[in-house]
Amino acid sequence: MNNVALKANSGNKIANRKVVSDTLLGLANVNKDILVLTSDSRGSASMVPFAEELPDQLVEVGIAEQNLVGIAAGLAASGKKPFVASPACFLSMRSIEQIKVDVAYSRTNVKLIGISGGVSYGALGMSHHSVQDLAVTRAIPGLHVMMPADRHETKKMIEALIDYDTPVYLRIGRNPVEDSYLNDDYHFEIGKAVTMKEGNDITIIATGETVRVALDTAEALQNDGVSCRVLNMHTIKPLDEAAIIKAAKETGRIITMEEHSIYGGLGAAVSEVVSQNQPVPMKIIGIPDEPAITGKTPEVFNHYGISAANVSRIAKQMIGN
Amino acid sequence: MVDDLFLKRKAAQIRKDLIKMIYEAGTGHTGSSLSNTDILTALYYGVMNVDPKNPNWEDRDRYVQSKGHAVESYWAVLADKGFFPKDELSTFSQFNSRLIGHPNNKVPGVEMNTGALGHGLSISVGMALAAKMDNKAYRVYTLMGDGEQAEGSVWEAAMSASQYKLDNLIGIIDRNRLQITGSTSDVMSNEPLDEKWRSFGWEVVEVDGNDVVELVNTFKKAPYASGKPTLVLANTVKGKGVSLAENVAGWHHKVPSQEEYEQAMGELTKQLEVLQ
Repeated sequence: MNNVALKANSGNKIANRKVVSDTLLGLANVNKDILVLTSDSRGSASMVPFAEELPDQLVEVGIAEQNLVGIAAGLAASGKKPFVASPACFLSMRSIEQIKVDVAYSRTNVKLIGISGGVSYGALGMSHHSVQDLAVTRAIPGLHVMMPADRHETKKMIEALIDYDTPVYLRIGRNPVEDSYLNDDYHFEIGKAVTMKEGNDITIIATGETVRVALDTAEALQNDGVSCRVLNMHTIKPLDEAAIIKAAKETGRIITMEEHSIYGGLGAAVSEVVSQNQPVPMKIIGIPDEPAITGKTPEVFNHYGISAANVSRIAKQMIGN
Repeated sequence: MVDDLFLKRKAAQIRKDLIKMIYEAGTGHTGSSLSNTDILTALYYGVMNVDPKNPNWEDRDRYVQSKGHAVESYWAVLADKGFFPKDELSTFSQFNSRLIGHPNNKVPGVEMNTGALGHGLSISVGMALAAKMDNKAYRVYTLMGDGEQAEGSVWEAAMSASQYKLDNLIGIIDRNRLQITGSTSDVMSNEPLDEKWRSFGWEVVEVDGNDVVELVNTFKKAPYASGKPTLVLANTVKGKGVSLAENVAGWHHKVPSQEEYEQAMGELTKQLEVLQ
């Protein structure tokens, strides 16, 4: 639990996409097999510096997401380490068959970075929101699925992916997010949930940018005398089932939080484990089954109750005080 | 240099092997596999640099079968080349066999899992691009169907191949003018195919796609222009070599009855006898 920023006070202005680009640029300078593929998305992906410094390692495919993923698969099959950086909404939908067949089924080592994910395109509407991507990608055998909480975890994750010999879909948002960690000086392991805060009365399991909201919720609950555990489930697949079962046993109640549809994402994944191993009351907090309302991420989160005020209220209801 | 008679005999033998596989398995793409047999024979016996004892040799030429369903001729060729034991062909489409109804890269010699149409050319662009990046001399061959040309992703890939000047990439269209529903021009016309591909920046060469010798010569002359990918428009007959299946859309994935099987094997045996 070292390094956890219990209070949101970082004033971070660096978006995770910038961290992805900076980290990859550093690594790609050393390892020439690392490639970045874009679909007219180098600006959205913050990859312009990468393109300028390593033009031979950036493959521009144009606005053609099926071709984007197919080419990446062919490059990976020829010994390259391709990182595809394309808006999550298009990458996870337009090219899903290439992801299924050319990447996962063919076992090509492609890393798919879904940028501007969730509702972070804000006012652009449902065509540009991606709140179904976890549901779709986690149903594909052989594909791992991840979502970092903040800039520090994003860096750790990209570094871990370089020599990770499995295809991965990794989703990040467009805008800077408050830190959940104090720094990046900690041990990160793919597939292992991080206990951000210990607690005995209830567990909040969150992923991506909702980890910050979960920490704020736990803080609010603590002030009301409720001991809330917070698990950062940065890897949606393979899921850390042991941490979930342990939380169910030890705290007896679970709330999940995600910037994703309440269908098929983290909440569904956790409830699959809880219901079959250690049934306890659960609440799934996320985007309801409707075209998400438009606005800035905090506004959308507040609208759907992805907030410390609402989730701490629900937690207290579940505990019965 | 492989002699012409050897190639023709090989193609006839592969046809016999695939008919036997389909008949015994009770399933398969008869017309499609007979259509592309000469193309596969030309590539694997007269053109491509591959090593069955070292299937992942990094300088090998690559073959990606985008029209994955025409797989029986592919399995027969790979077995005959020694990528896996020939008697394994009898497991085709049986429970848990790796010889399934589409290319499967658990089988030595197969680069990628295909079967969903419109994927192979993009993959091949990636492979050809990797060769350029690494200054490797290998070539990448992709076989597509003419019905497959209706997939939009084919044209995304076509654009990118010329953008990246991939003259180490050879696309082949098995143009038998039939697809599962009927005539390709009735289902969704794609003509003029040659002009379409030229306008996408490819050099287009038209050949008799059932003339294995002409195919070898055509492939060997590629690239036809420096910095440009090659499209071999191979005019074929669906069901080629078995008279009852020739040019009949219904034979796309029809399985021969015992009587049809005996007739087909009789015809193919005669073709082999003539080629002495």
